[in-house]
Amino acid sequence: MSTEILMPALSPTMEEGKLAKWLVKEGDVVKSGTILAEIETDKATMEFEAVDEGKIGKILVPEGSEGVKVNAPIAVLLDEGEKLGDAPAAPSNTDIAGAMKDIKAAVKAEAESPKATPAATPAAATPKTDGARIFASPLARRIAGQKGLDLSAIAGTGPRGRVVKSDVENAKPGAAKPAAAAAPAAAGGAGIPGVAPLPDARLLYPVGSYVETPHDSMRKAIARRLTSAKALIPHYYLTVDCNLTALMAVRETLNAAAPKGKDKVPAYKLSVNDFIIKASAMALMKHPDVNASWTDTAILRHKDADVGVAVALDFGLITPIIFKAQDKGLVQISSEVKSLAGRAKEKKLKPNEYEGGGFSVSNLGMFGIKNFTAVINPPQSCILAVGAGEERAIIKDGKVEVATLMTVTMSCDHRVVDGATGAKFLQTFKQFIEEPASMLL
Amino acid sequence: MADTYDVIVIGGGPGGYVCAIRCAQLGLKTAVVERDRMGGICLNWGCIPTKALLRSSEIWHLMHRLGEFGFSADNFKFDIEKIVARSRAVSKQLSDGVSFLMKKHKITVIPGEAKLTGKGKLTVTKDGKTADYAAKNIVLATGARARTLPGLEPDGKLIWTYREAMIPPSFPKSLLVVGSGAIGIEFASFYRTLGAEVTVVEILDRVLPVEDEEISAFAAKAFTKQGMKIKVGTQVTELNRGADTVTCTLKDKAGKTEQVTVDRVILAMGIVGNVENFGFEAMGIKVEKTHVVAGKYGETGVDGYWAIGDLVGPPWLAHKAMHEGVIVAEKIAGVKGVHPLNTSNVPGCTYCWPQVASVGLTEAAAKATGKKIKVGKFPFIGNGKAIALGEAEGLVKTVFDADTGELLGAHMIGAEVTELIQGYVIAKSGELTDQELGHTIFPHPTLSEMMHEAVLAADGAALHI
Repeated sequence: MSTEILMPALSPTMEEGKLAKWLVKEGDVVKSGTILAEIETDKATMEFEAVDEGKIGKILVPEGSEGVKVNAPIAVLLDEGEKLGDAPAAPSNTDIAGAMKDIKAAVKAEAESPKATPAATPAAATPKTDGARIFASPLARRIAGQKGLDLSAIAGTGPRGRVVKSDVENAKPGAAKPAAAAAPAAAGGAGIPGVAPLPDARLLYPVGSYVETPHDSMRKAIARRLTSAKALIPHYYLTVDCNLTALMAVRETLNAAAPKGKDKVPAYKLSVNDFIIKASAMALMKHPDVNASWTDTAILRHKDADVGVAVALDFGLITPIIFKAQDKGLVQISSEVKSLAGRAKEKKLKPNEYEGGGFSVSNLGMFGIKNFTAVINPPQSCILAVGAGEERAIIKDGKVEVATLMTVTMSCDHRVVDGATGAKFLQTFKQFIEEPASMLL
Repeated sequence: MADTYDVIVIGGGPGGYVCAIRCAQLGLKTAVVERDRMGGICLNWGCIPTKALLRSSEIWHLMHRLGEFGFSADNFKFDIEKIVARSRAVSKQLSDGVSFLMKKHKITVIPGEAKLTGKGKLTVTKDGKTADYAAKNIVLATGARARTLPGLEPDGKLIWTYREAMIPPSFPKSLLVVGSGAIGIEFASFYRTLGAEVTVVEILDRVLPVEDEEISAFAAKAFTKQGMKIKVGTQVTELNRGADTVTCTLKDKAGKTEQVTVDRVILAMGIVGNVENFGFEAMGIKVEKTHVVAGKYGETGVDGYWAIGDLVGPPWLAHKAMHEGVIVAEKIAGVKGVHPLNTSNVPGCTYCWPQVASVGLTEAAAKATGKKIKVGKFPFIGNGKAIALGEAEGLVKTVFDADTGELLGAHMIGAEVTELIQGYVIAKSGELTDQELGHTIFPHPTLSEMMHEAVLAADGAALHI
């Protein structure tokens, strides 16, 4: 009996992914644990292992295919000695025809899918975001176009999953991806009642005056998540200056004390950011109201201080998380950040290393940015935007003095964190930063 | 021990027998209980025999136009007995065909009257003998019958329902038809074409009241031209039977009364569901206004009981019942992805002369939704094939959502439109818009070209007018 190998869900939120690479070919014998393929999700590339043993009978989805839906058949696994077509891979007798058609449709869709070429003209009516053909009725396509909905984000309820009028009419703008990342005809702000979609930028520039880079899955995820975050979360911002003079001294002392290995490389080198993560974690434990997530029916207050750290990549960003940062020392935080950032740049993070978290820190100080505001990273409620530490003149006891100052701005979700709550958190944070020893209390 | 089945269908009409076939196809052990002949009203006393009768009247009509086509003949006549005999033979052939289909699919046909007796149990009584049966699922498909009103009751001799009207022992010289829905108008058309004096009385303000107003008006004009008397906004208050005539008292909206004496009266005032004597309500099955209340997949709300067809309500059409039969069978078998019936995609056909066919919203109903609409029309006189056939009387009309291009409704009157309407039904089911229809190539020369033109006309782009 042959079985279908289905597109795996590599994280709870994964809906689709790119089949980046096949590591087996048709005819290969595999056993449980054999790495079959590399699957690229929004944020990471992961290896996909075989669960059962058998022979790869047919690869249904060629490598490089984007937007492969979770649980879509990607290959057929045969028992040893069995040939393709010996036995249909079918879960139930009533659905044999449907299952076979699905396989055929999948094969056909792949055969027809263009090789990752972007839409040739802005007038192209069909947003082929993922390369695969989207089955939708003409009426559904037209209504989706008018409402600025991305058909690829809508689950079809028509025959064989075809998107029909009622699906498009029932699609909520929030539930469907805004067309910003996809449909040329409507580049954003689409689907929200009373908001006109942004025009496609291509309409405004002469052809040939720009280089067009098709979106990868990370770019699409950034566009989708941040558009939703900024549109749906009532952001407000709190800014405070922190005097780093004492912290810089402590940091220097600690770094100087780092034991050196054989190659004279110190065992650790703490950054200001490591202190900020630690101070955030300590402040979160004192102010659990900030360490919280919004749901429609309740606020979730997290018991641990899981602090996300925004890491810039070549073309994109990701926020891996230092879990239980309240229990970790500066050296451990420092080494974890290095490890996570390194693996993030290689796209090797596992979803459980970047999903969740109660708070995020985004630091652009290394670029000399003095102050900025960040977009909240849901399901978290606050993100701290950290500017550069720099020498500034301050007035102390009526005299002008020189001190190292750093400006931080916290973006808060007002549904969860009210102004005074956020301000009290920042007060505690500032105290920890300005008197690092108090973190020992 | 009672015979046990996966599914027992009560009623062998178009809904019931189709449901049974689909159940059998899906591997379910299936039986059908039928008290009369397989095929129900549709095959035996409805759709099919009336089409046979209307074919005869159509030929009679054409015979009167022989000269137009280059023929001559005289002294031709019709024999009503032979016309009726042909109609009965057609019914029998098809009913036998359904019995054969039951055998082919190994479906047990249980003759007799069914009565629900307990959870998953029923008895069937035939000739005084009663047997017990049990089934995991029972599908109620008991159909409907002609509605009667106090004072307007059939007597089977002078005052007919469709049943007697289909097998007249002699040809009446004059007729009064009460009700101008599909059934009333088809009989009116049949008898008028064969030469009877026909008066149609309709309580509403137009004939074929479910059709688009413009089509309704077109039909009324055509019928009047044929010599039919149409009395709308009028009701029949009294029927007085004489020896071989009936004197009917009619009252119009203003309260003015008149008396008409005719040979026969046909009552066609709608239908009522067959909900009595089956023990439905004792099982907890809800009955409202002579119909069983069922959900969108035919579920009655009582586990293991399903209901389909005329029994569950309008539109009272065989093809709607058949479709519901398939939906219920697939639900019972656990087929994935079963879709409920979309009533706005159910076509309606009336086989009068000229024929009427439609699907979806009328122009007035479309307007009432508040949507911005556009309407396209094309007359038969602009179509080459219609003129070649000598059938230049008719109209095709489309109603679109002006913003989305959705086909909201299509309405047709004229020769063979009942065979044409399916094109628009496919378009609606597949959610094609004005653009796909506009870009479709229709074969020339056919009547179907008018369907294309009526689409183009909605944008003022019809080519042949």
